Amino acid sequence: MGKRIGMEVSIAAAEAVKQANVDVISAYPITPQTHIVEHLSELVANGEMDAEFFCVESEHSALSVCVGSQATGARSFTCTSAQGLALLSEITFIASGLRLPIVMILANRTLSAPLSIWNDHSDAMMVRDCGWIQFFTENGQEVYDHVFISYRVAEDRQVLFPVIINMDGFILSHVIEPLEMIDQEKIDQFLPPYEPLHRLHPDQPITMGAFALPAIFAETKKAQEVALQSSLPRILEVWKAFGDMTGRYYHPIETYRTEDAETLLVTMGCFGETASVAVDQMRAEGRSVGLVKIRLWRPFPFDDFKKAVQGAKNLVVIDRAVSPGGPKGPVGSEVRSALFGEPVHPAVYDFVAGISGRDVAPSDFVKMVGKAEIEIEEGNKEGYELYGVRE
Amino acid sequence: MTKPENEWTWKEIPVGNVILEPGNASQYRTGDWKSLKPVLKKELCIHCGLCYIFCPDMAYNLDSEGYFIADLFYCKGCGICAKECPTGAITMVMEEEGK
Repeated sequence: MGKRIGMEVSIAAAEAVKQANVDVISAYPITPQTHIVEHLSELVANGEMDAEFFCVESEHSALSVCVGSQATGARSFTCTSAQGLALLSEITFIASGLRLPIVMILANRTLSAPLSIWNDHSDAMMVRDCGWIQFFTENGQEVYDHVFISYRVAEDRQVLFPVIINMDGFILSHVIEPLEMIDQEKIDQFLPPYEPLHRLHPDQPITMGAFALPAIFAETKKAQEVALQSSLPRILEVWKAFGDMTGRYYHPIETYRTEDAETLLVTMGCFGETASVAVDQMRAEGRSVGLVKIRLWRPFPFDDFKKAVQGAKNLVVIDRAVSPGGPKGPVGSEVRSALFGEPVHPAVYDFVAGISGRDVAPSDFVKMVGKAEIEIEEGNKEGYELYGVRE
Repeated sequence: MTKPENEWTWKEIPVGNVILEPGNASQYRTGDWKSLKPVLKKELCIHCGLCYIFCPDMAYNLDSEGYFIADLFYCKGCGICAKECPTGAITMVMEEEGK
């Protein structure tokens, strides 16, 4: 086993990038992702990490550099948050269209306006359809582990997609947590050197990023969509291999005390840990409540999700972003889509909570479950509320 | 490309739409964009080559008799050659009428 230490999650993420033998780092500092970039910059400057560090002038350039370096066959990394993601969002679609296995950590932060540096998932939801594989992590260990998992998944010849690792800003990024580091030897076995399928090289000229006429565009998008859907079994294989190596097994949907539960909380990201405390409290009071956590956001694991919530009477989805003018919260909307074709399915009550980093304590989860259960009992089976707003 | 774009199925497209054969832009028929085509009156041509120099698509080629002739597979019908021709040897005519 590797050694267990206390470390700030951002520093652990940067250490993982070093251990993953990344060749090119191109990033622009933005709160709350800053510590990751700063630490990587130090590692490269001190000669502790053999990589090129590009000090770019914007996030748009940060990801553009990664596209270029990855295209030449260099393992590339970037990370950002909120407004930075908005600025580089143009390139996210290009990276997935070119099928370049870049890994990006997104320290989730609220999109302006009003200006806010705190945490929610509005940035992640903005790029929901950018064609990347997207994980949500719950604690520092998961962030650290998923750097290796992401590169191995992304670079798999059957996958070849970029990956976003979502970690909640501040709540995860700036917290010191106990972590088990993995020995370099094991990492090197788990993550072999990157061997690109196609790369830019003068000895064998190819063209990447050429334009496509309408006569061929739909075919390319179909190929891309099928490939992203087909990445799910490969992700499962990589998680299995990682579990066999470390004892930490991950799944697209995680369940906690869901046995015979009438009501299930559904969360994504670090909400999961707080919600599990609330579930313990409610179980101790004899209430029939469990927790379902979505780890894999794209491709969405519809079958696993349906299986996880089978038999439940009520789902209480806790979203962390508003979908203005849309069908309630984005995760709630996904959940209802997943269940739409089912002959029997639970009621789905959707809360948006904790936006812009407002604290959501275990007692808040208890309140939300209580309110949803009463309202569903009274016939409001598709409720929606922006939780905790002063009237 | 070994075959026209509209014959490729989604399963045949290289990953990431990478183009593996260099130089295949020459197979791209830009000639079907045009409504006007250049027609040369050889008796006025002084072989100056300005049409060849100004053509933005490099559609002009020198033939064995020393005339610059537009390759209609590439010519987009922009008319720059006709505008630049110092003797008025090139006129733009409707594609259909010029048949």
